[in-house]
Amino acid sequence: MKNLRKTAAAALVSSMIAGAAQAEISNDEVRIGYLADMSGTYRDLSGPGGLEALQMAIEDFGGTVNGKKIVTFHADDLNKPDVGANTVRQWIDERNVDMVTGMVASSVVLAAAKVVEQGGKLALISGAAASSITNEYCAPSHIHWTYDTFALANGTANAVLKDGGKSWFILTADYAFGHAMENDIKKVVEAEGGSVVGTVRHPFPSSDFSSYILQAQGSGADVVALANAGADTVNSLKTASEFGVTQSGQKLAGMVVFLNDIHAMGLDVTQGLMLTTGWYWDMNEETRAWAKRYHDRVGRMPGMVPAGIYSATMHYLNAVKETGSDDARVVRAQMAKTPVNDMFAKNGKIREDGRMVHDMYLVKVKTPAESKGEWDLYEVVSTIPGDEAFRPIGESQCQQMAPKG
Amino acid sequence: MTLVFGVPLSVLFGQLLLGLINGSFYALLSLGLAIIFGLLRIINFAHGAQYMLGAFAAFIGLNYLGVSYWMALLLSPLLIGLLGMGIERGLLRRIAGEDHLYGLLLTFGLALIVEGSFVKLFGVSGSPYPMPDLLKGGHNLGFMFLPTYRGWVIVAALTVCFATWYMIERTRLGSYLRAGTENPKLMQAFGINVPLLVTLTYGYGVALAAFAGVLAAPIYAVTPGMGSNLLIVVFAVVVIGGMGSIMGAIVTGLAMGLIEGLTKVFYPEAANTVIFVIMVLVLLLRPAGLFGKEA
Repeated sequence: MKNLRKTAAAALVSSMIAGAAQAEISNDEVRIGYLADMSGTYRDLSGPGGLEALQMAIEDFGGTVNGKKIVTFHADDLNKPDVGANTVRQWIDERNVDMVTGMVASSVVLAAAKVVEQGGKLALISGAAASSITNEYCAPSHIHWTYDTFALANGTANAVLKDGGKSWFILTADYAFGHAMENDIKKVVEAEGGSVVGTVRHPFPSSDFSSYILQAQGSGADVVALANAGADTVNSLKTASEFGVTQSGQKLAGMVVFLNDIHAMGLDVTQGLMLTTGWYWDMNEETRAWAKRYHDRVGRMPGMVPAGIYSATMHYLNAVKETGSDDARVVRAQMAKTPVNDMFAKNGKIREDGRMVHDMYLVKVKTPAESKGEWDLYEVVSTIPGDEAFRPIGESQCQQMAPKG
Repeated sequence: MTLVFGVPLSVLFGQLLLGLINGSFYALLSLGLAIIFGLLRIINFAHGAQYMLGAFAAFIGLNYLGVSYWMALLLSPLLIGLLGMGIERGLLRRIAGEDHLYGLLLTFGLALIVEGSFVKLFGVSGSPYPMPDLLKGGHNLGFMFLPTYRGWVIVAALTVCFATWYMIERTRLGSYLRAGTENPKLMQAFGINVPLLVTLTYGYGVALAAFAGVLAAPIYAVTPGMGSNLLIVVFAVVVIGGMGSIMGAIVTGLAMGLIEGLTKVFYPEAANTVIFVIMVLVLLLRPAGLFGKEA
């Protein structure tokens, strides 16, 4: 009997301690890891600039949460899933990192997200595109923040279809992201009465696109869609310009195009291109102010990915402050309870499948004559409300929904 | 519309023409490698870096010194060739006669240093190089639209390749070179300055790489990694052609370009690997290479 009482007392005390530990910050530090391509095809859409955005969020927050220091780690994933996954595993096992952000190539993200799930931590994915991240590969341990292939296909494909592009040829990067993009495009095109007359998958990454552009021209399709990103898209567009694709009457649809790509290629090559984005620096006073600060630090105007990293990190740190904990489940629940209202998104909300739903913007690249400055590149054509832009939760194949916020 | 294996004939011709363009690059680069290995017995792993240096010399020349594309075609190979001669005289000569592996390691190390320095200086994203005005635009050939510049690449590359082949196989200078590498002591006894010939040859091989780099600048992104991506394919081409054969390098380069082009039509996902598959087959069935003479 005495033993039972002792055991019960011990159990009660330890559960109290465990309960108290829930509302504690582990290691007395909030540890954030930044994983991205720092040197390859996807360097410029996040890379070192994204790390700066993360630092900005931490500095704006004051550098500490409830008196506990915020510490960052960063690594180059070389766009390789094994490198990314191993880095995150080391961070979690050896450094007890609480949150991982950045996260660019979809194949790396899918591998690293699994490690984060097994480690019981939280991943805030800003760079990657594949909508499968919150579809068949959803998990309560990660949130997809900035954009995805579904929203881009919805926005851009619908706009181009309305413009008269009925038959489509898709040039796809042969890995997870490209396949996801290709599928999302097919769905949208076929739903609106169009048809996909051909596709070609190119190795990721490729440097010579002449052969694939030739096939696109040979197909006679109204629209040539580029289901690739980063340097691949830049090279595809340059080659398309060289081979006179738009001169011979075909439309070009860049599905995943970032501000730095347009800047790198110049308005001569890209004018008139329709694309969908999650954020643009020149939309209102708030966006312009933040963009200017970023520009002063990095030397370039920010695209949607660094802006998303800033927004996600601020939202995360606020949730840590509210709950006094850096436990992934506790923080995620708090994040879901609070709407996202900052310079990145208005009335954004985090769904049970991990998708952060917010307004997307359909933009058109300005002509050289219309552009009044080095970074004055887009004209915002229309706003696509969040609920229309992203995959409806009713159509989701997600099996592991988080508890409703 | 005639179909060949389900592909329209016009598309096939277009892809073959593109394959010929890529093949011209392979031919130019593998020619340089074949000269350096076949005649000097040096495995030049710095070849890709030298190709990259050629492209960057053109880029720097245009943006900082006002050197036009046409001048760069001449000056860049000259400059990088001189650099190559310096490397041969200063570094490679010290390990001449040692195991091949030392030459490989030395040139590989050089390549890493050069590429790393350029990443630090220029970053990883491409530096844009504009197409020369004279070669802009293109012609509609009926079965495809051929940009003028790509046609120029074939013409320039093949001209240089065949001029080189002619010089080595049919002229006196070439015969000195071939004799000098077969039996240097005897040639030296005849009064031919063999070490100078070796230095000039290495410099020429490097200049060929730099020339290819300038040709590539307007159509492929000028990045520090452009050479290493290409180098491994070019080595495969040289192995397939046969390490000692000059004509073999040119023909194999063109042929591999054509085969890669066809693969991109019928099974694009394999486009990056088909040349290596062929290399494995050639090594298994005819280790000396298709045109090679047994060492």
